[in-house]
Amino acid sequence: MGDQITKDPASFISHLELDQPDKTFLDSNELIINMGPQHPATHGVLRVILKLDGEKVLGTECVIGYLHRGVEKIAEHRTYTMFNPYVDRMDYVAAVSNGLGYCEAVEKLMNVQAPPRANYIRVILTELNRLASHQLWLGTHALDIGAMTPLFYTFRDREEILKIFEKYCGARLTTHAFRIGGCLYETYDGFEQDVKKFIDFLPPKIDEYEELLTTNRIWVERTKGVGKITAADCVALGVTGPVLRASGVKWDLRKAQPYAAYSEFDFDIPIGQSGDTYDRYLVRMEEMRQSLRIIRQAVERIPEGPIMAKVPKVIKPAVGEIYHSIEAPKGELGYFIVSDGSTQPYRIRVRPPSFVNLQALDLMVRGQLVADVIAVIGTLDIVLGEVDR
Amino acid sequence: MPEDTKSPTPPSGQPHAAAPAKPAVPATTPWDSPTVARLKSQYGSGVQEAVTYLGQNYFVLDASVTAEALRILRDEEQFDYCVDITATHNPTRDKQFELIWILYSFARNERIRVKTNIADGASFPSSVSIWPAANWLEREVFDMFGIKFDGHPDMKRILLPEGWKGHPLRKDYGIIQQDQEWVQINLGIESGQ
Repeated sequence: MGDQITKDPASFISHLELDQPDKTFLDSNELIINMGPQHPATHGVLRVILKLDGEKVLGTECVIGYLHRGVEKIAEHRTYTMFNPYVDRMDYVAAVSNGLGYCEAVEKLMNVQAPPRANYIRVILTELNRLASHQLWLGTHALDIGAMTPLFYTFRDREEILKIFEKYCGARLTTHAFRIGGCLYETYDGFEQDVKKFIDFLPPKIDEYEELLTTNRIWVERTKGVGKITAADCVALGVTGPVLRASGVKWDLRKAQPYAAYSEFDFDIPIGQSGDTYDRYLVRMEEMRQSLRIIRQAVERIPEGPIMAKVPKVIKPAVGEIYHSIEAPKGELGYFIVSDGSTQPYRIRVRPPSFVNLQALDLMVRGQLVADVIAVIGTLDIVLGEVDR
Repeated sequence: MPEDTKSPTPPSGQPHAAAPAKPAVPATTPWDSPTVARLKSQYGSGVQEAVTYLGQNYFVLDASVTAEALRILRDEEQFDYCVDITATHNPTRDKQFELIWILYSFARNERIRVKTNIADGASFPSSVSIWPAANWLEREVFDMFGIKFDGHPDMKRILLPEGWKGHPLRKDYGIIQQDQEWVQINLGIESGQ
């Protein structure tokens, strides 16, 4: 993939130059409308300024930051342990993944390793969370496009995952399930049975979702060929996760640079070909099945032993810096942590997948219809809590 | 995973003493690779450091050669994916800001960091023409640190509103100052904290 950028880089640039006086007078066919920030189909507080020619999108500009809480600044005023719950509030539908990335990054910085049992528990919970995140994505994405039924199906089944989380750590969404060095909680009595019951329960349900959508003519018409993005453009724009894979790049951090216990499991990376909304749908559906495969292997082979590494009560990593990233449900989630040797991080930078992926929106919707903007926002699977941090 | 093979081994073989075990203090080691040799032969002392820390490789380059080196890394060394651009603020240093690029190569499955130091108020050439992904990332650096990128197509704030005062991730930006000011103006009381 040496020469990826075949296009003029200027073609990626998306700003409408609204404040230039000579651009104030639009072509009589052109129209600028505002979508959001309080719009149910933008999955949070995303404002998109659309420049339209009739129904055709000529360009977009995203206005973000409505949910900015200054997480990175807060981190500088907290200890490493105190910052741990904050990361759950970024991608709040995949809080477990956020926690895993942060805990592993600090562990790497301190040069400690979580024990094998903790890693297995982490993998099981993280993959369950990936399923929950994909289910939420599927339900809301289908709802945006006009299919209401999948939402009820996916939320019904997602509930089973949240119940497992609740029994494990007491919280359903912002779980704070992991600690630096391992896990705080041992699995509850019947955890394995609950998880096994769930992985037998879900596959027929995924078939059910597919029955509703995969060959549904309305769904296919609304998604096939919509929001196409090529592999080269994905790489140039830094787009990762299912969006990259649907464009045909077989790249998943769980395989490319395995973390936790992922190197011990057998699973496939599904890829698409055309990079359109329909392919991204298929890729995520297959990812759900692969997640179940991982969970099955993990729960069958879960080792005995301690769940916490020897970590000092006061965490003071040596002076230095680390970048660690994991494959979150939405793409590469990275933490860049700089330590000055004190109990508080000198700087924590979160590399959020949603923020970087959202940059591709403009490229994906140019030349398409307004209604497709909704479909593309849905298929990018962004969470505004993570975009704005 | 090429990163971990080089990382120092944790002291798992030794029995822990009665006192809480102290993790081994990791050290930086020189990083040697064809990429390093190439940049060193091209820029000589422009490559200030090339080291490995905890199995991760990074360069510290002189600001004058960094923009060009980034292009070489993408065009000739296959670092085609710009993972992240960020910065840190070190008020005690002469050159206060450290800019950091995290790069990844799909072909080599390798991740590196490029760092450079610039003074307060200095701007830096934009890398949007190298990686279009840099667009929003550079805007965020500007928003949070006030570092301007020359040649960026749309250099304005991204997360904070246009009229925001200051750049929050600078170390001299107090965490409650904004809040207090708002409370004083709008509620007419001394402090909300």
